[in-house]
Amino acid sequence: MSSLCGANRRDFLKKCLTGAAVLGVSGRMGLLSAAEEGAALAKSRVVIAHDAMLRGAGTTVDSRRMLGLLDRAMQALFDRDNPIEPWRKLVRPGETVGLKVNALGGRGLSSNLQLVEAISERLQEAGIKASDIVVWDRDTDEMEHVGFHVSTGGNRVQCFGTDQVDYEPELAMYGSVGSRLSKILTQRCNVLINVPVLKDHDGAGVTMALKNMYGVIHNPNKYHPNGCNPYIADLNMLPEIRAKMRLTICDATTACFEGGPGYKPEYSWKHNALMVSQDPVALDYTGWQIIERKRAEKGLKTLEGDKRAPNYIATAADAQHRLGTNDPRRIAVVEV
Amino acid sequence: MTSIGRVKARGVLLVMLCVALLLDASCKRQPGTEQSLFPPSNQVADWAKAGVIRTFEAADLWKYIDGDAERYLKAGVQRVSTTDYKFQGKVDATVDIYTMGNAAGAEKIFRSEPAVDMKPIQLGDEARLSGQSLVFRKGACLVRIVAFEESAETQQALLQLGHGIELRLAR
Repeated sequence: MSSLCGANRRDFLKKCLTGAAVLGVSGRMGLLSAAEEGAALAKSRVVIAHDAMLRGAGTTVDSRRMLGLLDRAMQALFDRDNPIEPWRKLVRPGETVGLKVNALGGRGLSSNLQLVEAISERLQEAGIKASDIVVWDRDTDEMEHVGFHVSTGGNRVQCFGTDQVDYEPELAMYGSVGSRLSKILTQRCNVLINVPVLKDHDGAGVTMALKNMYGVIHNPNKYHPNGCNPYIADLNMLPEIRAKMRLTICDATTACFEGGPGYKPEYSWKHNALMVSQDPVALDYTGWQIIERKRAEKGLKTLEGDKRAPNYIATAADAQHRLGTNDPRRIAVVEV
Repeated sequence: MTSIGRVKARGVLLVMLCVALLLDASCKRQPGTEQSLFPPSNQVADWAKAGVIRTFEAADLWKYIDGDAERYLKAGVQRVSTTDYKFQGKVDATVDIYTMGNAAGAEKIFRSEPAVDMKPIQLGDEARLSGQSLVFRKGACLVRIVAFEESAETQQALLQLGHGIELRLAR
């Protein structure tokens, strides 16, 4: 196995603790001191894996380094030595796995192809058949435009948009939301892995795990008033989404601190990172803090100051929703 | 005023009116004329058109920029047309031309975007340039050109393509 692919356990723990110490200095996110590490396992864990050399000397993400980055992130999240073991904990052979990507931002700010390939590779090594993996978003043309190769048959990884199969005829409803769900979600997948992008969002404030589910329904345009609140939280309460969602792998290789969700190079930066968590609320809260730090660095107002704080994150964590936690004391951010 | 003077004054007014109408109409085109807004391949040196033109009317804007559509709608957007270009066969770029209801709408969008890491330049009514993007407004149009790679030549190339588009908007 390549040294990129498997992190040594001792090195891994050392890096975790180093990351925790760094976070302890930087402040606002959940802290993970050495003494607290055991207790932190009970917290919602958000792993942030960085690789400053992810693109080598160029601008394109290196596939092997991406695989190594994913392995480090997953091994840290599931506390495993072997890069395949986390996936075996996550999925079982015979299951059909949907990778819900985000192609809306267009080229430059959509789920990275190399990341999707790396996830697909590890899923297959964990026993999932290639044809039982579906890479999908709302629209096939959008996916092709950002570089995905459409595939709808054979023994390959499947890749297409909801436009190929349509939405369910009946509305799925919860709270403020009444929407037709993609048949890819309802009929093709029994496991959902969410692969959003770390982005600012003009309406919602930020968009990562929870907001990416707007790409699952036929009428996302109806849910942008009031900072998408409570729509995003309500949408994620739909049983088809909540029951199937097992993991979020947020692509933070290129991230956006302003002007999102479309790609505007002047408001984007190469963060060269992945964020993984099984708690979408904790992941969104953590990503929000990263975006705020970048905004401060660039001399921009906070999202609160810009009158677009992502209040939907708190709604998702409230007693009515309980989709995860937005309490930094209950989030263990682990940097590797 | 003599009758000759009145005729001259009317003539001047007529010319001014025509100029004003032309300026106002420069970006208020009807759907279906988007082809004329985008320079064909090599009309701007080293730039080749690399995709079809897609147009989204205001009601469908969310299909193109879901999440960002609201602020354009509030500013009176009528439609956006977009296509791809390639510079010297190696740098990809996307051009978006938003047609607003009037010049104030284009100005509203332009002014709402912070000028982080961008410098003001002379193009159209107002413009900003960064290493990988050029944004300018002219009349009721807001134009955004985004390159997907940064190189020593990219900025100058974006500027040239911007000038090519500006000329067509002025027709």
